[in-house]
Amino acid sequence: MTVSEHARIPMQDDEATTIFEKGAPGRRAFVAPPLDVPQVDGLIPAKFARAEAPKLPEASEPEIVRHYVRLSRRNFDLDSGFYPLGSCTMKHNPRLHERVTALPGHAKLHPFQDPSRSQGALELMWNLERALGEVSGLPHVSLQPSAGSHGELAGVLLTRAYHEDRGQQRTTVLTPDTSHGTNPATVTMAGYKVVKVGTNPDGGVDVEDLKAKADENVACLMLTNPNTLGVFDPNIEEIASIVHGVGATLYYDGANLNAIMGISRPGDMGFDIVHFNLHKSFTQPHGGGGPGAGPIAVSDRIEPYLPVPIIERVASGNGAGPTFTLVEDTERRPKSIGKLRGFQGNYGTFVRSYAYICSLGAEGLRDASETAVLNANYLLAKLHQDPEVAQYLPLAFGKLCMHEFVLSGAPMKKELQIKTLDLAKRLLDHGYHPPTVYFPLLVDEALLIEPTETETRETLDGFAEAIGAIIREAKTDPSIAQAAPYSTPVRRLDEAGAAKQPVIRQPLS
Amino acid sequence: MTLYTAVTDDDRQAMLDTIGVASVDELFETIPAALRLAERLDLPEGMAEQQVYDHLRELASKNTSAEDEVTFLGAGMYDHYIPSIIDMLLGRSEFLTPYTPYQPEISQGGLQVMFEYQTAMSELTGLPVSNASVYEGPSAVGAAGYLAKLTNGRTRFLVSRGLHPHSRATLETLSVGYGTTVEEIPLKDGVTDLDALAAMLGDDVSAVFVQQPNFLGAIEDVAAISEAAHGAGALAVAAADPLTLGVLEAPGNQGVDVCVGEGQTLGNRLDFGGPSFGFFCATEAHLRKMPGRIAGETRDVDGRRGWVLTLQTREQHIRREKATSNICTSQALNALAGVVYLSWLGRHGLVELGELMVQRTHYARQALLAIDGVEALHEQPVVREFAVRISGADVAKVVARCQAAGVNPGFALGRAYDEYGDGLLVAITEQRSKADIDKLVTVLTEAIAAERAGAPAQEVTA
Repeated sequence: MTVSEHARIPMQDDEATTIFEKGAPGRRAFVAPPLDVPQVDGLIPAKFARAEAPKLPEASEPEIVRHYVRLSRRNFDLDSGFYPLGSCTMKHNPRLHERVTALPGHAKLHPFQDPSRSQGALELMWNLERALGEVSGLPHVSLQPSAGSHGELAGVLLTRAYHEDRGQQRTTVLTPDTSHGTNPATVTMAGYKVVKVGTNPDGGVDVEDLKAKADENVACLMLTNPNTLGVFDPNIEEIASIVHGVGATLYYDGANLNAIMGISRPGDMGFDIVHFNLHKSFTQPHGGGGPGAGPIAVSDRIEPYLPVPIIERVASGNGAGPTFTLVEDTERRPKSIGKLRGFQGNYGTFVRSYAYICSLGAEGLRDASETAVLNANYLLAKLHQDPEVAQYLPLAFGKLCMHEFVLSGAPMKKELQIKTLDLAKRLLDHGYHPPTVYFPLLVDEALLIEPTETETRETLDGFAEAIGAIIREAKTDPSIAQAAPYSTPVRRLDEAGAAKQPVIRQPLS
Repeated sequence: MTLYTAVTDDDRQAMLDTIGVASVDELFETIPAALRLAERLDLPEGMAEQQVYDHLRELASKNTSAEDEVTFLGAGMYDHYIPSIIDMLLGRSEFLTPYTPYQPEISQGGLQVMFEYQTAMSELTGLPVSNASVYEGPSAVGAAGYLAKLTNGRTRFLVSRGLHPHSRATLETLSVGYGTTVEEIPLKDGVTDLDALAAMLGDDVSAVFVQQPNFLGAIEDVAAISEAAHGAGALAVAAADPLTLGVLEAPGNQGVDVCVGEGQTLGNRLDFGGPSFGFFCATEAHLRKMPGRIAGETRDVDGRRGWVLTLQTREQHIRREKATSNICTSQALNALAGVVYLSWLGRHGLVELGELMVQRTHYARQALLAIDGVEALHEQPVVREFAVRISGADVAKVVARCQAAGVNPGFALGRAYDEYGDGLLVAITEQRSKADIDKLVTVLTEAIAAERAGAPAQEVTA
């Protein structure tokens, strides 16, 4: 046998097995503390008692550890490789944040602990609110929403409360055709109808279309700026004036805030409501799909409607430091939209993002955004230095970009017979996480690339070379990319079959 | 160059040359000059890592955590022991730092975790369908309301007053968008009043919501509530504490259509309220109206077993305004903690832990009721939490006295229920031993007596 044949001897675990298929009856990891009170039978009436214990795994601790460590090795992750997933801001996650979040004073603090005994937590949240208010240019902040989509829902419900308080029943919300899917989905959940606004040839909002659609029925325009094409809309002041002219609110989807921290502020552009993705601009580990947090910042006229609880800072007046309280009662906050979730929000994410802001400071945040934009433009330029890449993967809009850019794979598909999906899958063999693909929807065969500020020039060079190599390979033999990947734990999966006959839990006998 | 970036002056020059611009400022020229900040943000200077650590440690020291006192505080989140393997596994880069598994070939670990989690939650709740997590408990209740509205188009939600006050408040907030209303079913003897429910039901009721065990710790007759709801053509939704489902019958076996809840008790830290995770399970009929990610099993082109995100045509990134929810990022890492915890606890451990809580809770309840000035708020069977009334002394002041003596006796019910201004809700976990409970009895006895005697309050020593 050759060396490579030896390497292909399947490991015991080569075929994936689940934790439910491991272990054996009677095995265990957990040992209960001893029963130290008198045993009393029949405390749970028979009609409420569980008839048969749920079929959870029966496995030893070493088995469990090995199982999940092996599973982890079937994941690609940001710590081991470049992850230019557009609109997701996959920047470095400092481990300091994990360390401070795990301090018992934060990690083991009960959410119903009396405010007088959770002053450190409330002070931290107050400080984070002020910092987010400063970055956004909108002074009033609620940290409560759990993710970007939750922040959007908060924002549209705030809009509704604002209009209804003025006796107005508006019916529609405008979203550009480049918007994230969460925007229109949120609009429906908040009880409004979606009206789409078009995009102009430069990638910004089609102002004429906006003018035609902006009327007294419009409650809000939801905008991302820079938008999902990586374009900053230079007409933003005119857009704001059109929207405000019909009495509607202007909502800022903060998914792309990483382009402009310390450089430009949504509040100054005329936005009324902003959501932040703490897991993007303010670096949370993404956890395989959360947790995140989606705080909101609003202008004075929206402030009365903010969700409860509100954190209040009270000066002591006797030379001692200020104290912090949670304000929840309807007498103090009569116009609040209420609660969006339990307790005060995803506090653990606040600790991380606050630590990040403390580390970077004002200069650091600005530098992060400048470097994010520099890295994106450099990667774009580097890619297009290769004439073949420039030919087959042109930039969808404009010449420069903000913190991310969109390439169209349409010429590549037409002339080289490989789709954007194939390119993405072949990138896996090169050791890269692919960009966001097939979004935004209005670009044919789109690739949305966001390198972030924490990547080195060498990494960007390497990625550009890999794209060039895939294009050249496809010119010779497109079938290679068409059937990629080859080096991953599994290859292309039957997604249509999975949806047709869903197996979404393990059958257990 | 600043923290976490790598662009030296030389790098910058070379990069600008490649781009073909003279300065970084030029890259921002599309931003109108009037909108560009002339001054730096009004934020402090950056700090060295060790300074940030010191600052965050100082803030932590101003909090009284569950390590700093003997706590009987629950009311939705509980001080359970978190096994060491959870810290280790959640700290692994491969679980901590990827995002949503959009590329399944390099995300099999995370996808399989979702599948295992779905299986475990399905087993726990007795319902065949589970998603891969939602944000947390109360918003999961809100999400169940949206599913009910999408399913039957009716507009009234009936919620038990035993449902967590935050869940009721969240459902009310969201109902403004759903076009639904929320009405409370009163409690009687500590549990949902079935007669009142019967009188409120009608063919415009979309769903009936009950919590198991309810906020006062009492076990609800979920089967009877499900039957009543179904009799009116409404959905039955249970919000359950998953850690009680080793000893309590699965809501799915009691007829509920949807079972949601707060997952913190499954291996997640208190974290002052989050992040934890919410779970969302349902009957087969609701599979295509579920919110959030769902992992499904399939095969790759070589016939190997694998997993993908499936049924994505429900989701916002495909269906946009017609999606069954707007949720995108949820709580994958916290759900991983949940499935690792359930594996560690195992089939028998879940039951043993439940029984330990039942026994100690019974002991604590009897011991507290023997105190002069403490009476039962209800007589219903309980699992891990019970409510008492304190007579002749202000509850908040009694709580403060106990805390000054190093014991947090529980949740003053007056914070959430006007009608239980004299109520105290006491929670027990496997971390509260008999000795801890005996200490609670001593401290609470003294606190009530001192408060009744009008003794000056002790200085609080956090």
